[in-house]
Amino acid sequence: MAGRNGATLPEPQMVIDGVSLSFGGVRALSEISFNVYPGTIQAIIGPNGAGKTSLLNCISGLYRPQEGQIRFEGRNIIGLAPHQIARLGIARSFQNIELFRHMTVVDNLMLGRHVHMHSGVLSGGLYWGRAQREEIAHRELVEQVIDLLEIQAIRKKTVGALSYGLQKRVELGRALAMSPRLLLLDEPMAGMNSEEKEDMARFILDISEEQRTTIVLIEHDMGVVMDISDNVAVLEFGLLIAYGTPDEVKANPRVIDAYLGREHAA
Amino acid sequence: MQSGTFHTNYASDMALRPYWPQRIRIVLVIVLVLAFPWFADRYWLNLANTIGIAAIAAIGLNILVGYTGQISIGHGGFLAVGAFSAGLLAARLNMPMWITVPVASLFTAGVGAIFGLPSARLKGLYLAIATLAAQEIIIWVLNHGKLLGIGESLALSRETTNIFGIPMIGNTDFSFYWVIMGSLVLTVIFVSNLFRTRAGRAFVAIRDQDIAAQVIGVDLFTYKLLAFATSSFFAGLAGALTAHYRGIISWERFTIDTSILYLAMIIIGGLGSVSGAIYGAIFMTLLPAILSNLARALSGTVPQINSYLPFMQQGAFGLAIILFLIFEPEGIVKMWRNVKDYFRLWPFSY
Repeated sequence: MAGRNGATLPEPQMVIDGVSLSFGGVRALSEISFNVYPGTIQAIIGPNGAGKTSLLNCISGLYRPQEGQIRFEGRNIIGLAPHQIARLGIARSFQNIELFRHMTVVDNLMLGRHVHMHSGVLSGGLYWGRAQREEIAHRELVEQVIDLLEIQAIRKKTVGALSYGLQKRVELGRALAMSPRLLLLDEPMAGMNSEEKEDMARFILDISEEQRTTIVLIEHDMGVVMDISDNVAVLEFGLLIAYGTPDEVKANPRVIDAYLGREHAA
Repeated sequence: MQSGTFHTNYASDMALRPYWPQRIRIVLVIVLVLAFPWFADRYWLNLANTIGIAAIAAIGLNILVGYTGQISIGHGGFLAVGAFSAGLLAARLNMPMWITVPVASLFTAGVGAIFGLPSARLKGLYLAIATLAAQEIIIWVLNHGKLLGIGESLALSRETTNIFGIPMIGNTDFSFYWVIMGSLVLTVIFVSNLFRTRAGRAFVAIRDQDIAAQVIGVDLFTYKLLAFATSSFFAGLAGALTAHYRGIISWERFTIDTSILYLAMIIIGGLGSVSGAIYGAIFMTLLPAILSNLARALSGTVPQINSYLPFMQQGAFGLAIILFLIFEPEGIVKMWRNVKDYFRLWPFSY
């Protein structure tokens, strides 16, 4: 169940422990429990409405589950505000792009550095001195993200004017600029053509391998999920129906019934 | 986007005016501002000072509405707080203006932050109504301000208009010109800097996408209050300058009409832009002045025109707002940008 090497299980970085979430009478998540191990790519799959995004929203603090705990590096993060969770090193991207549309790509990525910077209204307004030094230092880190994602040519463009695929890439960049220890990606390849999907898969693998960032990934493209992830959790109607390596999950009869369909098994 | 300019370090890449046409234009503006008072008579100096004060307040409102996306119709109230706190310090405690103006601005920032508290829960129109309450509460307190010792109006002694003890003698319009323009220049520099650094970016992030702003670590509540405080600081500055410049203040100058006038200014000038706020202030101050000059010129041929003037001015405001919303919702800033783009590509307009 561990990383690609199959060595002994390390300490999990995040423990999802009996998380249940209801909206009124609708039970979106029922007692979900699984571990996320450091440095791995953890996929979450499941049909539409299975609760994948709800689970991500619980982790990033946008939803508050009624039961259970989510422990990140030993600390229960349920009840913390989203900005406090961001400060712990959890970054995310959204299913429907949620960028700052009227700002440039660089400004969007610089906002990713927000938690690591310190200047406030007064020192920002005075600029020359402390704030300028800080801006330059963090701009250098942002430029590394720009290089990694190959978006040099659009760095000064307004985000709202970019194509869908590039916006998805910028959103990944903004999350990455936070230098997160855990990266939550909600359908990073939705609506992309196969070439864009390959690019995105390559970036995700680069991030995982070069920076050893733990990645939790929601994705519908089974080929991509089975290729790049270390562990897969399968949700259906708010229940965790399977958890394991891609091969284990592919062979699980409940998953085949619920999601993959009979031909896939053959 | 401008091409042919190559930056070799991040400091020059992040400069406010990286291109040479921008630098030439700013030098021209500075020369104009420095030369203007030596040629202008009192009427034009008064107009310029009115524009300067309005521009400071409009930039302040733009921080909140244009940049942070929190609609406020309480700006007139915050101007009143600045004017009356400076006025009371000057009239009752005989404090000079170089103390009252900063103290009043800071005090207004605090009051603004308090009235910004509802923004934690309210957005959009609901927040607008909450700020309307701020406007009405402040004016009510000033109107019934027997506790504060304010009658119908508050008169400031001329002795308090001095800078570090140096009295401003002679032509007050001329000497106030330098104080007001100096304040405006500092405001412009401060706010321009603010929006190329961390806190300013967080304000814009809240406007564009507040959920994403939270998730990348922006504390919405703190930053909304900061936006209210910063915005109100400049309202307080404008109010305090008004108090000392006019020498006499009454609450009637700061009613909801003023709040709406300032909203109109930033809509016409350009939301989320420092220069837009200045263009809006110029437009909204010059429009009634031009109309009254026009009426005076025509009073020979159309005898009753002067009695219609107030209606014409009101109508012109309304018409200007409607025309801008229909034809150029991004305001004068966008029109000016179109002009620049046209000439940059000229004579090949493709």
